[in-house]
Amino acid sequence: MVNLSAALEVATATHSGMVRSHNEDSIAADAEIGLAVLADGMGGYNAGEVASGIAVAMISAELKKMLGSESGEIPGGGAERLISEHAIKANLAIYQAAQSQSQYAGMGTTLVVALWHDNQITVGHIGDSRLYRLRDDVFEQVTRDHSLLQEQIDSGMITREQARFSQNKNLVTRAVGIDPEVEPEVHTYPVLPGDLFLLCSDGLSDMVTDEDIQLTLSSLQANLPLAAEQLVQQANDNGGRDNISVILVRVVKDFPAPRAGWLETLKAWFR
Amino acid sequence: MTMAKLILSLDGSVIREVPLDKERVTIGRKPQNDIQIENLAVSSEHACIVTILNDSFLEDLGSTNGTLVNGNPIKKHILQNNDVIEVGKYKLKYIADTPGAGQTSADDFEKTMVLRSPMARPAVVPKPSGDTQTGAAPAAAAPPVATAEAAKPAAAAPPLAAVQILNGPSAGKELELTKNLTTLGKPGVQVAVITRRPQGYFITHVEGASFPVVNGKALDAQAHPLKDHDVIELTGVKMEFFIKTR
Repeated sequence: MVNLSAALEVATATHSGMVRSHNEDSIAADAEIGLAVLADGMGGYNAGEVASGIAVAMISAELKKMLGSESGEIPGGGAERLISEHAIKANLAIYQAAQSQSQYAGMGTTLVVALWHDNQITVGHIGDSRLYRLRDDVFEQVTRDHSLLQEQIDSGMITREQARFSQNKNLVTRAVGIDPEVEPEVHTYPVLPGDLFLLCSDGLSDMVTDEDIQLTLSSLQANLPLAAEQLVQQANDNGGRDNISVILVRVVKDFPAPRAGWLETLKAWFR
Repeated sequence: MTMAKLILSLDGSVIREVPLDKERVTIGRKPQNDIQIENLAVSSEHACIVTILNDSFLEDLGSTNGTLVNGNPIKKHILQNNDVIEVGKYKLKYIADTPGAGQTSADDFEKTMVLRSPMARPAVVPKPSGDTQTGAAPAAAAPPVATAEAAKPAAAAPPLAAVQILNGPSAGKELELTKNLTTLGKPGVQVAVITRRPQGYFITHVEGASFPVVNGKALDAQAHPLKDHDVIELTGVKMEFFIKTR
């Protein structure tokens, strides 16, 4: 059974912002199995929150079932395949719901999923919800947005500074639930004790500069719930034009996977 | 036309959605109710919701175990979007009629949308205002006016302020509060943060067993607004908060 609650400290906050009447973001975090999921829904009426809700509920429930049980462990294909498969499953569920019920037509969601395991983090994402990492004094964006803006930056059309004032912030090039197929981007990185990870929706990253996010995280590391609350507050103080969600995960100590003894290895060999 | 609805759930699992499509919708254990909840904690005629145009009114019909809205017992209540009604163990979330369904505007353009390659099958991304955006042309994006405004943080900064240390070896030392957050104190012992917000400066406890003291009074976990010449005490160090410029 996986239990990382001694190694990971988690705090979350989500808010509808100052303009929107309802919150289309969904989040889930579980220190025990080392999971964080964040989705930013889109689509008319309430469809956005339905899409993000399905994605987060499906992925967190199934991974909890798989990893939280007595014999729970990451299956053979590894964490990357696990995240990929569940993102694809959520995609299909949302797509089918959108096809079968007219009020949900066209709904979709961004997704960022992070799984901590064996001193590593595996992160999968689709769209422009992000994962950042603060390690010592270096604050870095780990995921690269699937957005028109990012493509423009990559191709050298505009600079990162110009991007802050771009008109195209809201155009994502990949999303969950829009097509019957989706390609999640999944990577694994080593983790060190002291690392602080931030998952957020664009309601934070569009409203608060990276410098201010970093300042908040480094100043308030000792009080993660306050840090999460302060990030939301700053986004709202700056106008809060979109829903704001944050998940903070601090790595308190290392968490190597339990290694199988020789007997188990032998048994597995003959199975 | 869209209408308000209730989302009925138990222990976080959604059971069904109920549109408020009648002037009076009743909730109770007996089958004649519009929303029947077969649970002994629910009275036979527990509560009702009367909807007039865009407003819905919730009334407890003298139920045995009462009706809660957002955790508070109510007798009569005007429902607000996202209110959570509790009847026994069941929850009914009230979702108001979509505000401004006919309204286009900057707001719609800021909503995240999927941009699809021209190769993809015809897109189905209907928006309330019909402003579906597909295709790859950047020119198809929102009008400049709509989003340029959103790009820059709109916050007006309050006047510059500082704290000056009043006692100990560093007495007289001044620290200008030029950032959104300034932490004070000793990490691992006691830390407080001063946040600079459009409406002024606030001090909040961050870590440590004891809380900061302002003008002789210990704070609680809540953010506390700072006034010109307030005296802050932290780990035995006294300092004065003051506004530098107007």
